[in-house]
This record gives sequence, structure tokens and C-alpha cells, in this order.
Amino acid sequence: MAREFKPQIVTANDLLLGDVIYLTKAGNWSRRHEDAHVAVSADQAQTMLAHASARQDEIVGAYLAEVTLDDSGTPHPVHFREAFRTRGPSNYFHGKQAEV
Amino acid sequence: MYAYDEFDQAFVRERVRQFRGQVEKRLDGSLTEDEFKPLRLMNGLYLQLHAYMLRVAIPYGTLDSRKMRQLAMIAEKWDKGYGHFTTRQNIQFNWPKLKDVPDMLEALADVGMHAIQTSGNCVRNVTADHFAGAAADEIEDPRPTAELIRQWSTDHPEFQFLPRKFKIAITGAPNDRAVTKAHDIGIRMVRSEQGEPGYEIIVGGGLGRSPFIGKVLRDFLPRAHLLPYLEAILQVYNLSGRRDNKFKARIKILVHETGLEEIRDAVEATFERVLEEFEYPSDALISEIASHFEPPEFDNTQTLAFEEAQEADPLLRSFVETNVSQHKNPAYGIVTVSTKPVGGTPGDVTADQMRVIADLAERYGHDEIRISHEQNAVLPHVRKADIPAVHAALREAGLATANIGLVSDIIACPGMDYCALATARSIPIAQEIAERFHALKLEHEIGELKIKISGCINACGHHHVGHIGILGLDKAGVENYQVTLGGDATETMALGERAGPGFAAGELIPALERLVETYLDLRRDRSETFLAAYRRLGAAPFLAALYPEDERHAA
Repeated sequence: MAREFKPQIVTANDLLLGDVIYLTKAGNWSRRHEDAHVAVSADQAQTMLAHASARQDEIVGAYLAEVTLDDSGTPHPVHFREAFRTRGPSNYFHGKQAEV
Repeated sequence: MYAYDEFDQAFVRERVRQFRGQVEKRLDGSLTEDEFKPLRLMNGLYLQLHAYMLRVAIPYGTLDSRKMRQLAMIAEKWDKGYGHFTTRQNIQFNWPKLKDVPDMLEALADVGMHAIQTSGNCVRNVTADHFAGAAADEIEDPRPTAELIRQWSTDHPEFQFLPRKFKIAITGAPNDRAVTKAHDIGIRMVRSEQGEPGYEIIVGGGLGRSPFIGKVLRDFLPRAHLLPYLEAILQVYNLSGRRDNKFKARIKILVHETGLEEIRDAVEATFERVLEEFEYPSDALISEIASHFEPPEFDNTQTLAFEEAQEADPLLRSFVETNVSQHKNPAYGIVTVSTKPVGGTPGDVTADQMRVIADLAERYGHDEIRISHEQNAVLPHVRKADIPAVHAALREAGLATANIGLVSDIIACPGMDYCALATARSIPIAQEIAERFHALKLEHEIGELKIKISGCINACGHHHVGHIGILGLDKAGVENYQVTLGGDATETMALGERAGPGFAAGELIPALERLVETYLDLRRDRSETFLAAYRRLGAAPFLAALYPEDERHAA
């Protein structure tokens, strides 16, 4: 039986800085996961990933990450790895948590 | 200290120039990431979880104040003001920007450093005993041999695309501080029955997914034959190592699957052929290199001031007990500078602290510094009379933690706080363990206890050879920590035994506390270490401490 589709977002690393970024609905890259465009079907997710992966002059290593949506429809990462990527390391106030 | 010759300098500068062009091409779109990635990795540049990471080689862990100050400058100018010393005696910068990396490499080249072969399927940074040239138990300084291997392996055309990465470690002392039995090749300096210098060659050790203790390939290899023999081992591995499966590609798998005798026969046959091609015997080259590693002029004056200062200052006494090791010259001590203050990140040193270490090395330590595989810094030659002053300066810089070999002197890989391969975090676990045992005031009571933590199966934190090893895993989307017991990284190497089911992060520290309390209850006396008690008593009482629930169920 086909696995039930769960909402997904496209994430990658910025080419120049290396920091974690998310594909937005407008097709830009945001450092805030809350801004990420959420794919609600497998087809949509693959289309978004293909679009992102073609933009090699901006990013490195785009992939899909599962999210849950809160009442306002804002995406939040499912896996702890993706949760760490939304903020930065736990030993210093460095990375996105310090910059966003 | 060895200084780059003209060839080294020209080679490193050319690589920087090449890489600068490659970065420019990546940024203007002429190179795709698929094309660029192998090029950046050849220059030590990874892309990690939150940022790029530049891994810089510190050959055999040896550097001087000039190099250390340059690392501090790089940390401040292009990173976030600190560097991370690793279990491979490298330093990693965790936050460089791609466009800055060529400038960072240029700055490294200015002081004879680079990031070449810190990644890729090639011979990696050669590691050595961090007390080399200073230790009282040393047969001979291993660094000239390590330098020869560095020169031989750097850009070796035949060994740039091996089946997998290849790690060589060397020790010049019978007490193994270089973990030689957990390397692809481990080299121990020995003497023949006639007193000739030579090497014991160990092959096929390694940690990671399939841990193996290395096996002795040659009891005694004359010094003159070192390079042809290494060349023979690498040729056999390059030809026969598995390339079909990344997880089975290391030489340890080849040795395990083929059998030591067959590998030995292949190496010896290859060696006979290779030997004819080598124009210069290794011993002549080593003797030439050795002039760069001549011991400093020691001041042999012994003074009572050192003993008196310890009597007057309990903090100094405690520091000397744990952080000062026996030097070959009785007027000197080897000072290990802990990078592991309670609650700190193992291996992290700020730019200011790097400068303090550099200043102390220059003023009191014959300008020599080492980085240990246990992620600490070492001042190998400090006059005992100067140790109180060194201790005072280290205290002021937050570098005087008296915990070498104790429960908070933890090896911890960067884990999922930084590493793209990790499956769980390591650093917070190390911090919690250190904080908990500090709060219990038990650290010095417990005595020697090596805890080693890895954030994934690749075992960069050497968990397999920790007296207590901790492996972080992803269990159904939650961080989970598996415990191993009884590992040993020294000449009596043992792989730790998996204790049982893993622990959730919140359960781990109480479990470790029960484990250590059990040891304190069961040990014969204070001289019996955790490892000795484990070997005497077996696993059962320690497993009962870790898993008291099981006991209840069994009752």
C-alpha cells in the first residue's frame, strides 16, 4: 500500500554562506523555516524539488523534509535533525538562532 | 620543528591558486556542485549541517607558536572566534564562508600549513604520540618517521583514489598513546635483539561500523625498509580492497575477509618488487629529517620551588597530579592543557586561548605545542620550576581544568550539532556528564575513567575504545544512546562490549551515575581503575547497574 503523503518542504544550504535555507512560495530562499512553501502532494513536492535543484548557482543539496502544520498552517520539522537545522548548534548561540 | 622546503611551499601555494580559481568558477556558475564537490573536499572543505567546515591538518599533532597564532587569527577573521581540535589531531573551523576559504588557505600556507588530504580516499593526516620527543618512556621520537610518511604520502599519485580513506598512526613508546591498533596501519618503534632501530607494523585496525583491532603484519621491519613496505601494503590494498561497497572498503575488511597470512604473503611479495624501485633507503631520509626535531637545549637545574609551590597551592597540586606527565628530563614536565572545562565543548579553543597557549609555549616551552587525539593541547617541555607560572596563566585563560584522564576528559565528536553524517548529538551529552560528576564532587575520587562519545556509527569519538563508550543513534526519530563497556585504546586494546538497549537522552546520565557508583562500591581500592575492575568482575554487576529493571523482571 502506498505510504500516506505527509506535508513536505524543500530545504538546502546557501552556496555562499553554507547556512540552512528554505524554498518559499514566491520561489525565493528564506532562512526561516516558517516561510517555507508546503507541498501537500507528492507531485507538488517533486516539482518543487526539481525547481530548487536546478538553481545550483544559489544553493547546495536541496532535499525534501517532512513537516507538521500548526493551526495557522505554519510548518514545523518532524525529525530532530531538521529541528536542529532551524536554529543552529546547541552548544553556542551561533548560526541562525543568533542571526534571525 | 620541521619547516617546509621550497618544494612544499611551491606545492601548497599552487594548490591555493588552483582552488581560488575553482571557487571563482563555482560562484560564477562555470562549475556545478557535482563538479566542485570533489575539488573542495580535496582541499578539506566540507558542507556540514549549518555551514561549511574547513579541516586543517596538523601533521602528527605538532605545531609552534607562530602556527598557533595564525590559527587564532583565522578563527577570528574568518570564523566565529574559535577552532575545534579533533581526534585526528586536526583543527576544524566550523563557520567559514565559501568565498573566504582561498584566503584562509593562503594564510595557512604563510605558516607552512594546509588542508590537503584532510578529506578523500587518500592517506590522511599522519598521527603520532602527542608526547613525542618528551615522554620518559619513549624509545625514540616518532616524528621524523611521521614526517617522512607525510612527505611520501602527500600527493602520492598512486594513492589519491584508494578504495577508502587511509589512516596511519605511529608511536615511539611502548605505552601506546597514539591508538595504533585502531588504524589502517599502526607503527610502533622497536629495537631488534641486536639493538637496531626498526618498526612493528600493525595492519587492519579501525573503529566505525565494523571495529577491528589491528594485527601484527611484521614484528620487526628495519628502518631502511619503511617506505617500500608501506608502499607494498598500500599497493595490495589499492588492488584488492573492495570498491563495491563503501562500508566494506577499508583495509580492516580486506584483512578480515582475506586472512592475515594471505595478506602478509601478498605484501611481502609486493615488497620484494617495490624495494628494487626505491632509490633512497628510508633510514637515510629519516636521519636527514631528524635534524629538524632535535631536542631543545634543556636547563637541567632542579629546584625545590616546584614542590614548595604545590604544597602552598592545592589547585596547583591537583593540576600537577592530573595534567603533568613524566618528562625524559627529570627537571621538566609535560603539561597537558585541557580543552574540557566543565560544561564546555570538548576540543574547542577560542582565539584568545590559542594565543595564551602560543605565548606559554614560546616563553616556557621551547616553542613546542602538540595536539592530542584526546582533543587536548600539550606543552611537551616545561621546566618544573616554570609550571606554577604556566598554571597561573592557564587559570586566567580558563584552561587550567585539572581533569586529564578523569571522567570529564571526554572525547566527543561534533555530533549532530555540526556534522552532516551524525545521527544524534554528542556535545550536550559530554557537557551533562561533566556537569553531573562535577556536582557530585566525585571526579577525583573515581580516578582514571575514559568516556568517549560518538554521534554516529562512524565512531569519530572512538566510543568502541572508551572504558565507557557512548554511541548516539536515531531510534524512530528520537536521539538514543547505546553504551559499551570495557573498551581500551592503549597497547592492551580492547573493544567495548555493547551493554544492552540504548537509553533516551534523559535516562543516560542517571544510568551512568549508577554504573560509576557500582564501580566505587566494588573496587578493591582507589588504585583499581574502572577498567581494571570491569576486567576483574566481568560485565554482570555493571549491567545490573545500568538496567535495574531487568533485575526486577528476572527476580
